[in-house]
Order: sequence, then C-alpha cells, then structure tokens
Amino acid sequence: MSNDLSSRLRGYYLAYTGGFIALILLLAVLEQQGMPPRWIGYAFLFFTIMIYAAIGIMSRTSNVSEYYVAGRRVPAVFNGMATGADWMSAASFIGLAGTLYLSGYQGLAYVMGWTGGYVLVALLLAPYLRKFGQYTIPDFLAARYGGNAARLVGVFAVVLASFVYVVAQIYGVGLIASRFVGLQFEIGVFLGLAGILVCSFLGGMRAVTWTQVAQYVILIVAYITPVAMLSVKVTNVPIPQIVYGEVLERLRVLETQVFYSPAEESARQLYRERAEALAERIQALPESLAEEKQRLSTQINERKLDSSASMREIVVLERQRRELPANADEARSKWNEARKAALERASVPNPHAEAFPGNSEDARNAARINFLTLVFCLMVGTAALPHILMRYYTTPTVREARSSVFWSLFFILALYLTAPAYAVFAKYEIYLHLVNSEIARLPGWIAAWGKLGLVSIEDINRDGLLQLAELTLNPDVIVLATPEIAGLPYVISGLVAAGALSAALSTADGLLLTITGALSHDVYYKIIRPQASTQWRLVISKSLLLVVAVLAAMVAAQKPATILSMVAWAFSIAGAAFFPALVLGIFWKRANKEGAVAGMLAGLLITLYYMVRVQFDSIAWLGLHGIGMEPWLEVQSTSAGIWGVPVGFLVIVVVSLMTPPPPQKTQELIERLRYPVH
Amino acid sequence: MQTIRKHESYWHKNLVVTAVLLLIWFVVTFVVPFYARELNSIVILGFPLGFYMGAQGALLVYVVIIWYYARYMNNLDIEYGHLESEEEEGG
Repeated sequence: MSNDLSSRLRGYYLAYTGGFIALILLLAVLEQQGMPPRWIGYAFLFFTIMIYAAIGIMSRTSNVSEYYVAGRRVPAVFNGMATGADWMSAASFIGLAGTLYLSGYQGLAYVMGWTGGYVLVALLLAPYLRKFGQYTIPDFLAARYGGNAARLVGVFAVVLASFVYVVAQIYGVGLIASRFVGLQFEIGVFLGLAGILVCSFLGGMRAVTWTQVAQYVILIVAYITPVAMLSVKVTNVPIPQIVYGEVLERLRVLETQVFYSPAEESARQLYRERAEALAERIQALPESLAEEKQRLSTQINERKLDSSASMREIVVLERQRRELPANADEARSKWNEARKAALERASVPNPHAEAFPGNSEDARNAARINFLTLVFCLMVGTAALPHILMRYYTTPTVREARSSVFWSLFFILALYLTAPAYAVFAKYEIYLHLVNSEIARLPGWIAAWGKLGLVSIEDINRDGLLQLAELTLNPDVIVLATPEIAGLPYVISGLVAAGALSAALSTADGLLLTITGALSHDVYYKIIRPQASTQWRLVISKSLLLVVAVLAAMVAAQKPATILSMVAWAFSIAGAAFFPALVLGIFWKRANKEGAVAGMLAGLLITLYYMVRVQFDSIAWLGLHGIGMEPWLEVQSTSAGIWGVPVGFLVIVVVSLMTPPPPQKTQELIERLRYPVH
Repeated sequence: MQTIRKHESYWHKNLVVTAVLLLIWFVVTFVVPFYARELNSIVILGFPLGFYMGAQGALLVYVVIIWYYARYMNNLDIEYGHLESEEEEGG
C-alpha cells in the first residue's frame, strides 16, 4: 500500500517538476519576444502561490491526526524533501551565500552547523520521538517528566524560538515582494502572510507537507540554476560545486591585485581619516554637535546668497541639518556607529579562504573560538528546533524515521554544497567586472537595490571609479542580485525570487503550525480544557494560527535586525531549552521532573541573559539603559547557547540526583522508547 | 527473562554504534576546523584543505554517518525481530 502511494506521489511530483521547467522555458522565450520584466515577476509569483493554494485546498482536513501529523503516512523520501524545505529558510536561501561572500571561511560555521545538527537528530532524537508518536515536543516532555510544569516551559520555549524565526521569514517575503513585484515593503509582508495562510490554515500538517515538497523542487531549481549558468560562463563546466576550487584560486590572485592597488589604498586612507575625525568629534561632545549645526547653517546661507548654487545642493544640506542627532547621547551612538563603519572600510579585507583571520594571535584565537562555538550552537539548535523534530512524527514507522533523516540531509546538501560556490562565483564576478568600473556607468541593479537601502556606494576619493572599499553590500543582496550581477536574463531573476519566496513560505508554514500546535494542543487541549471536542480543537487551532501570523507580520513590518542574526538567536534559545532535556530524557532514566524543569529554565535564562546583555546596551521600551556587558571569552551574542546548553545539562543532572527518581511508569515509558516494537 | 536479555544486548549495540559515530562527528566538527589555518597550506584542485573540509568534506561525512546509522539499526531490527507493521500508530 505504501509502495503504491510512493509511486503515485512520484508521478505527481515528476509531472509538476516538468510543468515548472516548461513554465521557465516559456517565460524565457516570452522575454526574448519582449515581455517586460515586471510581468515575468508577476507570472512567477502568481504561478507559485496558485500551486500552493491548490495543494492547500486539495489537502484540506478536519481530522486531528491529519491536521497535526499528516496522518503519519508520509514516506521517508518525501518527508526528507518536506523537511528540507521546512529547514531551508529565507536565511539559508538568501542570507547564507551572502554571509559567505562577506566573511569567507568564517561563514562556513553556518554551513557546518546547519548540516551537522542532523547527525544529532538522527542518532539521539528522531527514532525515539517517532516511537513515542504523539503530536508535539511539549507532549514528549510532559509524558517523560510527568505533569504540566515541563510542558509549560516547553511551550514557552517553542513559542519564543519559533516566533523569532517566523518573523525572519516574513521579513524575507516582504523584501522579495518589494524588489521583484515593486510592492511597498509593508504590503509585501501582508501578501506573504496570505501565501502562508492559504495552505496551513486549511490543511494543517497534511497540506503543509505536500506543499513543502512542491516548494523544495522550486527552491532547489532556483538556487542551483544561476550558479550553474555562472559556472558555465566562467569555467565551461556546469557543476559549480566541483569546479569552484579553480575559481577560488583565480580569486586569490585577483584579491591581491585589488586589495593593494593604489586607488584602493587611497580610499582606505580616506576612511581612516574619517574615522579619526569622528573620534575627535565624539571626544568634543556636546560642543561639537552645536558646531556641526552651525557649520551646516553657514553653508546653507552661503549657498542661498550664491545664485550659481543649485537648489538640489541646498536641499541636501538642509536634510543633513535636519537629520543631525537631537542630543549628545544620540550623537554619541550615531557617530560611534559611523566611526565603526568607516574603520571597517579602512581595513584591508581578508582573503576569502583564510581561516580565523586577524592581525594578532589574540584576534585569531577569538575568531577561532567564535567559529567553533557558533558551530556548536547551530548544531545543538538544529537538533532542538521543534518544527524540525515534529516532522519525524509524520513517518509511518521508526525505520522510516531513521531513513528520513538521511533523506532530509541529502536534500539539504544540494543547497549547502552550492552556497560556498555561489559566494565564490559572485565575488569573482564583482572583483573582476564591477570593481574599478566607472561610477557613472554602473549596472542598473546597483540603483535598484540601492533604493531598498541594501547597496550603497560612495566615491570617497572622487576618482570617478568604484573601489572595493567604496561599495557596501548587504549580505541579503548577493543571492537575489547574482543573476543581474552576472548579466543573466531576467527570467532567472524571477526564478530566484520565486525560489526565495518558496524557502521563506515553507519554513514559515512549518513554524506557524508548530506555534499554534503548542498553544492549541498543549495549552488549550491538554491543560485548559481536556474535554474539548476534536471539532472545537481545530477551530481553536485555526484561529490561533491567524492571530499568530498577523502578529508576526506586524513585527516583521518594523524591519528588525538582519535575517541571519535573528535566526541564530532562535537556535541558541531552542538548543539551550530543549536539547539537554530531550537527550537526557531518552538516554538517562534517572532524569526526573524537578531536574528537567530546573535545567530547561536555567539554560533558557542564561542564554537570554547573555544574548540581551551582549547585544543591547539599552532597551527603550522596558526603560533599561546601560545594561551592555563585555562578552565572556569574546563569544558573540549569536552563540549564547554555548553557555546555556552545558548549564542545562549540569542542572538537570545535579537537581535530578538531589531529588527522588522518576516513578516506575516513566521508567517503563523510557524502556518502550528504546525499542522499535513492544 | 529471554526478552529482557535480548533487549539489553540490542540497546547496548545501539549505544556503541551511537558513541562511535558521535566520536567521528566530533572530530570532523571540532578538531579538524581547529587546525583549519594549518590545513589551508595544503591545496587540492584549487581548494585549500581547511576551507574544503568546512565547505564540503564535513558535510559529506555527516550524510554518510546518518546513512550508516539508519542501515545498521534497520538491520539490527531485523536481526532482533523488531519489525513494525505499517499500520501501527506508534507508542
């Protein structure tokens, strides 16, 4: 029966993939015939959202098991694909290659962390969770540790980690919609919301699973196509993952030429001077602020008297005066930021493949520590993110759960092996063609992305040419703009946008289901009203889905910090809260309720504490100021889990040993988890 | 009595294979990158080795670890007669 299902599914998805490729070719031909780019963007957007809606409507359901775990009938391969799409978020699709572009080897922490975590999932969690076979992760905590305390702490961490993550996805959707369809950012955000709801609202996990498989196909085609074309252009071989070593070697030669050219040195010198000037100005606060205002006013008045000065110049100066900081405190933080940015541009960039770069032994050691701790946090976080773990509830058997983790990583690697190649090819193109070109004749994508504030250039040495130091790229741009950077047809840009949209929507779907599952199943059904009818449970679940989705979109519309660091926080939170309790719950019978609750809380609190104090100096809406602290051992806030996870383990062990062992019933449950049958 | 002993040996084998695979995972994840600077002086096909291990080598090892574990455990299940029926709803 399951073979029959698998082969039917394979038929459907092959036909669908063929249809999608046909659509790309059709649009490519239409572009040749003169179809305007905007229409290509619309066509991709319309087609993909229609597909998701169609799958959502076809898989609508009012059965609880179908709604939460897709009826536990998803074959291993398809569950692997769905997990892949669920997993690869806007951060993987948009942010990863960009981060690799900007930080070279250091960015590989994300590549390793986000794949190596699956080893922990496969070895320590997936088969046992499948054997347990309930609906949510808090379900497991409640059954293993008895009572609602563990469940509630679990729900809190699920909601916290998943919400941070879902905001990042919706932000990604807004970015894509505003660039490729020309919508306003905020409208794009709410459009994305509709795309997410159309499928998860009707069919829950069942619809989301089958949509995610469809989304995987789109996102992987969209990710690999532009690099493969670039690879053919540069090396004549269409397999970028293998040949980029050669390009890396060429890049190394190019880097030395670019970094030490006289024009580049002069631009860096000017940035250094700017940083020094800013430092002096900060020293001289508050007088320097008044001086600055005075200086601008004099200039404006001079221009107003001078008939040859253009109106535009005056407007620019007036805007500068208007945007001056209102008081000394604000000026200090604003100028400090500007100083840091100038200093960054004043330093020689690092060669792409250099590991742990730094000017001194200390700096190199700090880079190494941060690399290794980030890898650790991302891996443990991967093995603790509820929306991923939940997917292993949906396979028919424990055996299939094990194979399914293999297929998950297999499909994920298709993207992760490509991302470092993506970065190298993009860098090569930019260094070769863009750097040292005339600023007056820069390609159109710079202005288009500049409008969104993601690319900026400044001719600081006024030589009319673009130096590397004068170009600022937001990491999110690299993937989205590579087709334009490489001069590929617009249809490829549309394809990339559709892929990025798929990546963001599929992850957002999975996350929203996880959040509402925790709230409706764990809080409402298990704690508040255990006698609720199945009908009513689904009503509650679906209404919560709407509320949470709208809330997330509202937060995303505020354009918070960049996608990647937001996501890294979610990993540390999830890792510290869940990983110790889940692993010890399976492998150590002596772990008990008191230990688990204390350990989860301790891990979570340490992580949040470190994250907040290292990242922020003040939180205005809470009335907190001057709370910033020096990081411990130079570990960045994104790796806060390095403290939280060991603390979690330690507290669970110590508290469990100080309190009575868990009851016989729990011990039997653990026994049962360890064997696929009986 | 028989089943208990059988269970114990099954669980023991599971623990051993898990520990060995975790050890490999640990070396690839933390020990190799620790020496990335040194490894980078070796260049193969244009790839500095330290960079290559982070970008591809480690990932391929991970997927092999998971593949091997699934195969080993699924065979162990057959050996110990832990075969589930398709329709089982779990725990």
